[in-house]
Amino acid sequence: MDWVPAMSRWIHFLAGVMWIGLLYYFNFVGAYAAKAAAADGTGAGIAKHVQPRALLFFRWAAVVTWLAGAALLGSHFGAAFMLQTSHMAIGVGAWLGTIMLLNVWGLIWPNQKKILGIVPATDEEKNKARRTAFLTSRVNTALSMPMLYFMAAGGHTQMFFGG
Amino acid sequence: MNNPLDSLWGTIVVGLILTLILHFAVKAALGG
Repeated sequence: MDWVPAMSRWIHFLAGVMWIGLLYYFNFVGAYAAKAAAADGTGAGIAKHVQPRALLFFRWAAVVTWLAGAALLGSHFGAAFMLQTSHMAIGVGAWLGTIMLLNVWGLIWPNQKKILGIVPATDEEKNKARRTAFLTSRVNTALSMPMLYFMAAGGHTQMFFGG
Repeated sequence: MNNPLDSLWGTIVVGLILTLILHFAVKAALGG
C-alpha cells in the first residue's frame, strides 16, 4: 500500500465532501431558511447556533481538502498547476479549488465575521458584508461544478476528452 | 439586467456554462 497517496486521496474525499456539502447547504438551504426565519422573527437561533459551527467546519474542511489534494499531487504538483498537457484536467480542477479556497478565507469568512458580530461593524457594513459573502458563496457554488468535473476527469482524460 | 447569481437556478446555469467552456478549452488544448 502506498500510504501517503492512499491516505491523501481518502482525506481529500472526506474533507471535500464536508466542504462542498456545507457550501451546498449554505446555498440550497441556509440562505432561504435565513430569509424565511428573518421574516417571522426566528432567525436569531440560526445566526447564533448554526452559522458559526457550520462556518467553522466549512472553512477548515476547505484547508484540509486543499492540503490533502496537494499531498496527493505530490511530485506532480508543479505539472498540474502549470497546466502541463499530462496533468491539464487535474490542473484545471486544482486551480478552481484553489480559487474557491481563497474565496473562503479572503472574502466569505472575513465578511461572515462582520455579519455574525465576531468583529465590530455598522449596519451599513453588515449589509455590504452580507451581499459580498452571499455573492462569493454563489460564485463558489458555480465554480464547484467545473471543479468537480475536472477532479472526476483527472486520470480519465480519454473518457472525458477523447483523443 | 439581474445578476444570475442571485438565483439558485441562475447559479447552476453559470456553473454548467463554465463547465462546458472549460471542457472544450481543455479538449482543444489536448488536441482533441
